[in-house]
Amino acid sequence: MVDEGIGASVRRKEDARFLTGQGRYVDDIKRPGQTYACFVRSPHAHARVKSIDTEQAAKAPGIIAAYTAADLKRDRIGDLPCVWVFQNADGSDMKLPTHPLLAVDRVRHVGDRVAVVIGESLDAARDAADLVAVDYEELPIAADTAGADGKGAPRLHDEAPGNVCFDWENGNRDAVEAAFANAHHVTTLDLVVNRLVQVPMEARAVNAEYDRISGRYTIYLSSQNPHMARSLMAIDILHVPETKVRVIAPDVGGGFGAKSFAYGEECVAAWAARKLDRPVKWTSTRSESFLTDSQARDHVTHAELALDADGTFLALRVKTTANLGAYLSTFGPAIPTFFFTTIMSGTYTTPAIHCEIRGVFTNTVPVDAYRGAGRPEGALVIERLVENAAREMGIDRAEIRRRNFIPKDAMPYRTPVGLEYDTGDFATLMEEALKIADYEGFEQRQNESRTRGRLRGLGISSFIENGSMGPSKLLGSFGSRVGFPESAQLRVHPEGSVTLFTGSHSHGQGHETTFAQVVADRLGISLSKIEVVHGDSDQIPFGTGSYGSRSMALGGSSAFLAVEKIIEKGRRIAAHLLEASDVDIEFRDGAYTIMGTDKSVSFEDVAGEAYLVQNFSPQEVEPGLDETAFYDAQNMTYPNGCHVCEVEIDRETGELEIAGYVVVDDFGTIINPMVVEGQVHGALAQGMGQALLENAVYDQDTGQLLAGSFMDYCMPRAGFISTLDHSINEDNPCTHNPLGVKGCGESATIGSPAAVMNAIVDALSPLGITHIDMPATPEKLWRIVRESAVVKPTG
Amino acid sequence: MSVSVSMRVNGEEASAAVESRTLLVQFLREELRLTGTHVGCDTSQCGACVVHVNGRSIKSCTMLAVQAEGAEVLTIEGLAKGEELHPMQAAFRECHGLQCGFCTPGMVMSALDLVARHPDPSEETVRQGLEGNICRCTGYVNIVKSVMAGAKAMRG
Repeated sequence: MVDEGIGASVRRKEDARFLTGQGRYVDDIKRPGQTYACFVRSPHAHARVKSIDTEQAAKAPGIIAAYTAADLKRDRIGDLPCVWVFQNADGSDMKLPTHPLLAVDRVRHVGDRVAVVIGESLDAARDAADLVAVDYEELPIAADTAGADGKGAPRLHDEAPGNVCFDWENGNRDAVEAAFANAHHVTTLDLVVNRLVQVPMEARAVNAEYDRISGRYTIYLSSQNPHMARSLMAIDILHVPETKVRVIAPDVGGGFGAKSFAYGEECVAAWAARKLDRPVKWTSTRSESFLTDSQARDHVTHAELALDADGTFLALRVKTTANLGAYLSTFGPAIPTFFFTTIMSGTYTTPAIHCEIRGVFTNTVPVDAYRGAGRPEGALVIERLVENAAREMGIDRAEIRRRNFIPKDAMPYRTPVGLEYDTGDFATLMEEALKIADYEGFEQRQNESRTRGRLRGLGISSFIENGSMGPSKLLGSFGSRVGFPESAQLRVHPEGSVTLFTGSHSHGQGHETTFAQVVADRLGISLSKIEVVHGDSDQIPFGTGSYGSRSMALGGSSAFLAVEKIIEKGRRIAAHLLEASDVDIEFRDGAYTIMGTDKSVSFEDVAGEAYLVQNFSPQEVEPGLDETAFYDAQNMTYPNGCHVCEVEIDRETGELEIAGYVVVDDFGTIINPMVVEGQVHGALAQGMGQALLENAVYDQDTGQLLAGSFMDYCMPRAGFISTLDHSINEDNPCTHNPLGVKGCGESATIGSPAAVMNAIVDALSPLGITHIDMPATPEKLWRIVRESAVVKPTG
Repeated sequence: MSVSVSMRVNGEEASAAVESRTLLVQFLREELRLTGTHVGCDTSQCGACVVHVNGRSIKSCTMLAVQAEGAEVLTIEGLAKGEELHPMQAAFRECHGLQCGFCTPGMVMSALDLVARHPDPSEETVRQGLEGNICRCTGYVNIVKSVMAGAKAMRG
């Protein structure tokens, strides 16, 4: 089965339609009677809305309607929910300000929705949107993460003094203080984690229609999580039973997190579709996407690592201010709390850890999960501290890690921040990576670079991820108000072909191929006889979507369990056909065989008999062959790895070259190596993009997003990375899911910023540099080299 | 103002009355329902909309439909011969040069233009040549491999 089953680099089933222009994305869908929505958006970061006049717009040619928050209120439409809620460290409740679909009396970020105009054509709607007259009274703004809670900072939400949403903690403060009091050495680091824009290439889109007879909404949505969109839309927004809302996420052009959340535009479109009794389409322009898709990262952190004389880590203290944006996005508060702090152990035995996290509101786009989500920020804190500690104490940076790694035989390992790692062999992964990177030869290469006037540096990043969200109860204990079980339904058709309905959603990951491989592997049938259906809340029993590296661990595991149920059911039918007892029949290579004999019946024949119902008793075995399995994770999974990055910086221009990049990953079992490699490539470009290029800069006086288009926001392009040596260690499969998979989607975004920044600091360390913040653009590097050269001339 | 426009698209005559401001990409997607050509930005940066006009690649979001009057237009839908993929399409499939598929049509059309100018391109030429096409999924590694493999297959 290896040629098509688990472990095979099968070429993707979905590619033919994408390559021939036959993909079907939301904007490709045109319904009879189609109308088009255009939103009127705030040009100000913070303002009181004194009045909105839609009269001219409503009368414009080709315009059907223009709506404001007052219209939503009349229909008792709800507000956008936040589903991650917890208590502050002092036991009080975090703040949950209202997040309206359309602004009620205040706008809080540039791009905030104020009104919507719906027309017969997109051009008509856009033209008329310009005719909506909004009278704003501008208010002072708070756009700076570090200063949002400062004295005199203007307040965004009346109920949140100092713009503080929450003050939360994780770990043991007393143990950390005691350890610091007895430390031989303390390494301190202040770092700023740059804000990012997510940029799936297909911008968000919705096409909503309403059927008056059945009272049902059908919502085509560019979504990573169609069932949750269905539930939130029905329960929180439209106040109708979930049976009345069907969400279809057809082909989706990338997500990276941004399409996991509830947004106002799609809710307004659904409501308007009912109001107008016509389909309403909205497709985000790229400019709108920059101003409305949830953004990411944006931390200001002070961190300290306490060590004893031989470099053993004693305690870690992290104090972070996390920018949440103007409103709470769906999972916004989860990212700097659960996801960021529970990996603060990293791959090390640090016995005491304490994290204090303050979440603040600012006049910027809401922040939520983006590939990595809290973990790149966490890995950066840990690995930058470790690297600086090694340098300060004169210990080799690989050696200091060796002295602190959690040993393989300590697994399962309970961390001081709330998790239990199941498997991992961090030391071996680092040694493999160092060998491939020729760590021993680095000094020689560095000297050689110096002769060419170039600064060469090497950075290591050993990291771990709390992946595959997740165990619903654990996540609930950290604040989740939703569960995360995944479902799979396996429908075997009478001639033995199979349809898998999965609640995981593929928006580039290739589930139509990889999930089919899981089924093919166990059932022993050809991939050509397996179809995978995803992205339709009517067809699929339930789903919790794809994000957090969870698809194969959750969706794949439920598919595996559904297959097991099918095999068991088939065994009972086969027993009748073979006139044998169930327990004497084994299933292997696509056939049921009486053990120790050559008497067998094929899976296809059993499928046929299941529906023919002439050769077994329906009183003894229920006819049909169609099973559903639900799976909730027993634990998070722990993908981990080691990155070794080598950079060369041109002293004259600040230009940086990635001179070498090695990754060794532990993803547990690999289903399709080709697809996994592809995930690593993409995640690496995004992680390196954060380290070297991308920066969502806001003007601190006006709150305008200065990097608001591809002209200003520096995306990785084809010339960006040209070297990567990637290998996979499959020796430590996950112990608690049936496939042994750990997930691979986010890993390289987690490991790479720290590896790149460590390499850059290493390269600049002869100039006395101990830290620089991302992105390390050529301009920034050039200035650092120039200014350092003035202060500290070097040979 | 409505104007009539006609051109040959994928070898077939196509004409329609459109507003004069209609972009070529809108004409292809909305009038002809050739939705394989995508719109990924509004600043002519991403290249998801690349098609060929009279044999050269252009960003169809930056050209008015009326500017293509009488032109020969080739879109992603016009490449395969029935079930048989064009060698460049086949190379993308073989080398896993696509994930979500959204940038793919533009990427393939740009690649074909590049190969027409550089039948045996170096990796550097491919990387430089694709600067006008943004992909967020693949990190470009396998796209570059695909274009090199596609070029090789086209050389025969």
